[in-house]
Amino acid sequence: MALLEIDSVTKRYGTLEVLSGLSLSVAEHEVTCLIGPSGCGKSTLLRCINRLEEISQGEIRIHGDRITGPGVDLDQLRRHIGIVFQGYNLFPHMTVLENTTLAPLTVLGMKRREAQDKAMTFLERIGLAHKAGDYPDRLSGGQQQRVAIVRALMMDPMLLLLDEITSALDPELVAEVLDIVRDLAARGMTMMLATHEMGFAREVADRVYFLQAGKVYEQGPPAEIFGNPKGERTQAFLRSLKKAGRL
Amino acid sequence: MAAPDHLAVSDETGRAAAWRARAVTRTHLSRTALTLALAVLTFVAVAVSAQHIGSFAVSQGITSVAAAVPGAVAALAAAVVLAMAARAFLKSLASARCTDVYAARALGADASMAAWQALSWCGALLIVTAGAWFMVVNDAAVSRTFFDLTLIRDSAGKVLWAFGTNIVIFAVSAVLILVWSLVVAVARTLPGEAGRPLRFLAVAYGDLFRGLPAIITIYLIGFGLPLTNLPVLSHLSSTAYAIIALTLTYGAYTSEVYRAGIEGVHHSQVAAARSLGLSHFRTMRYVVVPLAVRGIIPPLMNNCISLQKDTALVAIIGTIDAFNQSKIIAANNFNLSAVTTVAILFIVVTIPQARFVDRLIERDRRRIRAGG
Repeated sequence: MALLEIDSVTKRYGTLEVLSGLSLSVAEHEVTCLIGPSGCGKSTLLRCINRLEEISQGEIRIHGDRITGPGVDLDQLRRHIGIVFQGYNLFPHMTVLENTTLAPLTVLGMKRREAQDKAMTFLERIGLAHKAGDYPDRLSGGQQQRVAIVRALMMDPMLLLLDEITSALDPELVAEVLDIVRDLAARGMTMMLATHEMGFAREVADRVYFLQAGKVYEQGPPAEIFGNPKGERTQAFLRSLKKAGRL
Repeated sequence: MAAPDHLAVSDETGRAAAWRARAVTRTHLSRTALTLALAVLTFVAVAVSAQHIGSFAVSQGITSVAAAVPGAVAALAAAVVLAMAARAFLKSLASARCTDVYAARALGADASMAAWQALSWCGALLIVTAGAWFMVVNDAAVSRTFFDLTLIRDSAGKVLWAFGTNIVIFAVSAVLILVWSLVVAVARTLPGEAGRPLRFLAVAYGDLFRGLPAIITIYLIGFGLPLTNLPVLSHLSSTAYAIIALTLTYGAYTSEVYRAGIEGVHHSQVAAARSLGLSHFRTMRYVVVPLAVRGIIPPLMNNCISLQKDTALVAIIGTIDAFNQSKIIAANNFNLSAVTTVAILFIVVTIPQARFVDRLIERDRRRIRAGG
């Protein structure tokens, strides 16, 4: 059974329909990339999956268990689904170590020693162990985003949502963040990325979804979507990216 | 580099099974049961209190209808809360019995929400009941001292008339403060070496009048200026002295609010204006101050409310404002109910402004959240 199933999900803000009957499913260990023009609903979809946004119609299932509708324990749900935001959203009044150990300590009741060891192992892996005691404003954007990823990983999520995590970064800092994602993919982490980094999507994704006006317009393995897109809109979108030198 | 064990992505199939096993329903049974118990207690407390206080009121000569209505309303509310808690409890039980997991979850969520609602109503009712007891204990000492209805009725005209003085003081000084404090704030933010003397004066003024308690400023100006024999300044009315004193005090506070607004305008806006060739003052006039004012309307309104209340301080220099008038009445009748009238008047004029500030702040927050 698929880890995540999105079943004809519609999301409206007032009269504006952001997602209109969108369906897709993600298997375990699969890396899924959502691409498409701005406003096509990529971020909204991710935010609906961990219920930061409520959907208007349809349902979302994790391992076959419906997580939309009333009475779902949201804290429990979010413990298992990590999300990393475009703007990092590190807590500015906590050090890197405090940022990363907050949830394990307070939510999982982990021992302080154990949580710190775990955080330090992660921080070493991304080469930021020496920054553990620093506050976020002392870190570059790329470093902050890497810490934000570690903060999400500390909860051992079974699904990691990455919401345009490199969009706010200077070009030279993008690679260091993508390296981590690549590494996670190699370790079998199930991930869903909304991204504008087409080269990266092509390299790391198992499956690419091109969203258009709140629907899946075209989907397939990256080689197919990028190499031989069928739909007219997909072709136009990729053409415009090529023109802008982004592909 | 070999990853330590716990860094390897864990056994996903095991997790899937764990996730499904964990997909239990929360019925919130203990909380709803507790709420029900508390609702029963609340109902008993409210009903008994309504009965006691009502009969006491009747024995004090209040008509039985007037005495019964508040008690009946409170008891009715408690009954509704009791019903709400009972419904929550039943829903929780139903949720535990329900075989369809999704329906059970929905029932559980309903039960939880209804229980929280009932709990907060219980709290509110108990607090109101406690308040009612406070009014009637010791042979209604509290009610008699503060809420002597006859005295309130008889003195209302005089107090209301005197309250006009407070309004005049408030209205005139509010306008003066808005202008004066903007001048001070602009002086305070003058740039460079040339601006230093005025900047220094503005800082000194702010420090002085924010440090001085308003009541002392009013006292010094109200009693001091008449003694100076200066041409105009020593022959003003006490109302005018009050206005001057309040303007000086609040001007200092409000200029700080303006300054915060001015400094909160992003420097890129200044850069854009200056690079179009606007002078410092034109930049202030057309870009910075309009932007600043937009952001500081809520804190300005807060100062306004504060100012309105502090108009009562002028009683110290003998201005016959509402507070002074009511003190005279209170001294003549050995009862504070006329002062209660003033308190009510102040509250009545302040509440709409407080709500207005809330609305402004809420609107600001929405705009920020919308990324504006």
